[in-house]
Amino acid sequence: MKPNSSRIPLASLALALASMIVGSAPVVAEDVVNIYSARKEALILPLLQRFEADTGIGFRLVTGKADGLLKRIEIEGEATPADIFITVDAGRLQRAKSAGILQSIRNPVLNETIPLHLRDKDSQWFGLSRRARVIFYARDRVDPEELSTYEALADEKWRGRLCIRSSGNIYNQSLVASMIRHLGEERTEQWARGLVANLARKPGGGDTDQLHAVAAGQCDLTLVNTYYFGRLLNSDKEKDRAAAEKIGVFWPNQDGRGAHVNVSGAGITRHARNRAAAEALLEFLVTPESQGWYAEVSNEYPVVPVAPISDTLRRLGEFKADTLNLTFLGENNKAALQLMDRAGWR
Amino acid sequence: MMRSAALSAGGNSRGLQRLPSGWAIVGALTSLIILVPIGAVCVYLFTPASENWSHLVDTVLPEYIRNSLWLTVGVALGAGSIGVTTAWLTSMYRFPGRDLLTWLLLLPLAMPAYIIAYTYTGMLDVSGPLQGWIRRAFGLSYGEYWFPEVRSLGGAIVMFSLVLYPYVYLLARAAFIGQSVCVLEVSRTLGCSPWKSFSKVAVPLARPAIVAGLSLALMETLADFGTVQYFGVSTFTTGIYRTWFGMFDAVAAAQLSAVLLIFVFALILLERWSRRRAHFHHTTNRYQRLPDIRLSRGWSALAFIACLLPLLFGFIIPTVQLVIWALETYDTMVDRRFVTLAWHSFALAAGAAMVALVPALILGYGNRIHPSRAMRFFSRLSSMGYAIPGTVIAVGILIPFGALDNALNHWTREYFDMGVGLVFSGTVFVLLFAYTVRFLAISLQTVEAGLEKVKPSMDDAARSMGSNRAAVLRDIHLPILRGSLLTAMVIVFVDVMKELPATLILRPFDFNTLAVRAYELASDERLADSSTAALAIVAVGIIPVILLSGAISRSRAGTRPI
Repeated sequence: MKPNSSRIPLASLALALASMIVGSAPVVAEDVVNIYSARKEALILPLLQRFEADTGIGFRLVTGKADGLLKRIEIEGEATPADIFITVDAGRLQRAKSAGILQSIRNPVLNETIPLHLRDKDSQWFGLSRRARVIFYARDRVDPEELSTYEALADEKWRGRLCIRSSGNIYNQSLVASMIRHLGEERTEQWARGLVANLARKPGGGDTDQLHAVAAGQCDLTLVNTYYFGRLLNSDKEKDRAAAEKIGVFWPNQDGRGAHVNVSGAGITRHARNRAAAEALLEFLVTPESQGWYAEVSNEYPVVPVAPISDTLRRLGEFKADTLNLTFLGENNKAALQLMDRAGWR
Repeated sequence: MMRSAALSAGGNSRGLQRLPSGWAIVGALTSLIILVPIGAVCVYLFTPASENWSHLVDTVLPEYIRNSLWLTVGVALGAGSIGVTTAWLTSMYRFPGRDLLTWLLLLPLAMPAYIIAYTYTGMLDVSGPLQGWIRRAFGLSYGEYWFPEVRSLGGAIVMFSLVLYPYVYLLARAAFIGQSVCVLEVSRTLGCSPWKSFSKVAVPLARPAIVAGLSLALMETLADFGTVQYFGVSTFTTGIYRTWFGMFDAVAAAQLSAVLLIFVFALILLERWSRRRAHFHHTTNRYQRLPDIRLSRGWSALAFIACLLPLLFGFIIPTVQLVIWALETYDTMVDRRFVTLAWHSFALAAGAAMVALVPALILGYGNRIHPSRAMRFFSRLSSMGYAIPGTVIAVGILIPFGALDNALNHWTREYFDMGVGLVFSGTVFVLLFAYTVRFLAISLQTVEAGLEKVKPSMDDAARSMGSNRAAVLRDIHLPILRGSLLTAMVIVFVDVMKELPATLILRPFDFNTLAVRAYELASDERLADSSTAALAIVAVGIIPVILLSGAISRSRAGTRPI
């Protein structure tokens, strides 16, 4: 390389970087809502674009892991540009609340449409879509008659027949947190030990991996969020649909408290500068159209009872959902994590 | 390389001694700035341990230590043996395909570890095509045949070895090429077999370079989160993440980070101790073309296969898998915004590659000109960023810049009655700083390796012929260093292309990169959809890797600099 040949591209690159730096400087504009979202871009952008078209309110978006974004809002303090914090589980929303980064919103539309147990008691966060974590089984090896509750998964008859994700996964943490609330810590720990003893393989992989493992015969049972199964059912790939055919869904605890449900949701930040626009967005997200979108596109259950429900969800059937206030999921999170550590759930 | 850099600085720097002494101050300041994020996290260390710490010690800490230790040992053996073998074969022997393999062997560098983990899991998992075929072909069901579990500690070791060996290869090869042929010839005339002259002469001579390459590979292994998390292997990194965010305990998380750092220091000390006082210097300046030993047909085939295998498993197979997935999905994935993603990735990587060079040069020269224990200690310390999980660094960067922005806002509110919002946080500037903190180890080590080639006698000669200092820098140092500087830039470039955790937390609004896109889709368990972005990371990363390979083969001491 000759020394001179590199100068021009270098200069233009420096200029481009400089323009990126200036271009990204925060602006406080009127009709805009600034969003920090743990919901992936692909699963929120279409709704935001509709929101913009409907209301004329613009948006700016950063996606990321909930914990990182939460920390970012916390550290940015009063100067944070974030108006809304979106997560995909109630546990993180509760963490955000206890970190003091959210504010209470007295909004009649939100309070009337979203059932009480799916939002914070102080109205600091609101559930926007529901996802159930339930039992999936190999149809050729398990008779659904044998299944009953989450608790029964610790039964000895399932020795070496269960697959599950690692305890680092928030959905597992939330499930255990809910069990701590229902059963108490001691019985939950016993249950977790039994569950770990029943594992067919070390915990690992994602929810979809667990479903595939059941279909391939590595294990007979697993605990997975419903929308992952919905995605397999509707996949473009023959292999995914074939796997889904081999798997049945079982709604546990139907004679008792109901199946464990978590939400994706959002809260308005304490130092939000565009609070009105942020409230407008939350209201938009619980309209029947948006709720139908959640069901249709990502196979989640609506939080609004009247919202239309997709074919896939209809196929999974009706179920009784646990109406435990989701606040407890966050409050028991640490206890759940330590309990899983003690039980050897890696 | 730390030892040898220190030695050349201590022993041979007479010619540069009278450079401005302000340099030491600038060097110390640079270190301090780089250390701010690490320090911001480490302040938690001075808070008393919480009850969570004893929970960790009682339950999971032994496992974190065990797994991290095995991972380190495994990757050291795997990446070390692949890297040294391929470097030796390609630099000493002539066999068909060698010239091509020489640069192809660098390609796995462009493959992010979490991506290769996803692709191999897709292929080899119980539901993957291979096991599916075994079950269909032999009419077996799961459990009736043996198959290694990909998602395991062993699997993680293999994944890291396959993508990280190029660090060892790169530095070992540069060292082998730079070795005086005389030494090797002498060893052969003294009756050493080719194996003996490799193991007793060439490898010990190249040892600082090999260790430097290994330490880069191991630090990257220890800092990884994505791969071990996906494989369900609990290491320090997953533990730090879990403690910090799951138990809301920054103190215990910082204490875990400190244990991790001690671990890294221990590795470095162990290596230095094992080398003790054995140093190697080239006493002759006689360099000639490397011997280029021609191999017989059988040995040629073996050498060819040995060099092909890492390439095959570290690059070709996963790339083919990605291409297959991409062909199914690219039409829904490539749109106008995809071009923007690629541009963002490229610009950030190129920018960081240049920015990270500045502190590396300051510290590298500082060590050479004003060698002191303190200076050495500081520059070692500022390389630690590479072993610290990206998330920790990112939070360490958020803290000082957040404080600065808030102070600014208080001030403007007081005097102008309005806030200015965030001035630093959430800008590209902060991202570039984060990359510099994380990847300084790479540019620093490479720059130091380059500086070693600049012999003090050259400075003296130039000065005695009437060149001033600036002229010496321009006419002597720069041409000699150019290869190393280019290497440093390329590796940082490729690493930033792949970087995820810091980018994810720190980036501005509406600003995505290829790595972010690939991660979002992959973590949403849409592997096939993420393949297009993953492939683009690899493709953009390959270009500078090819440039680099040209530069090293031309940068052999004794040949004319490029």
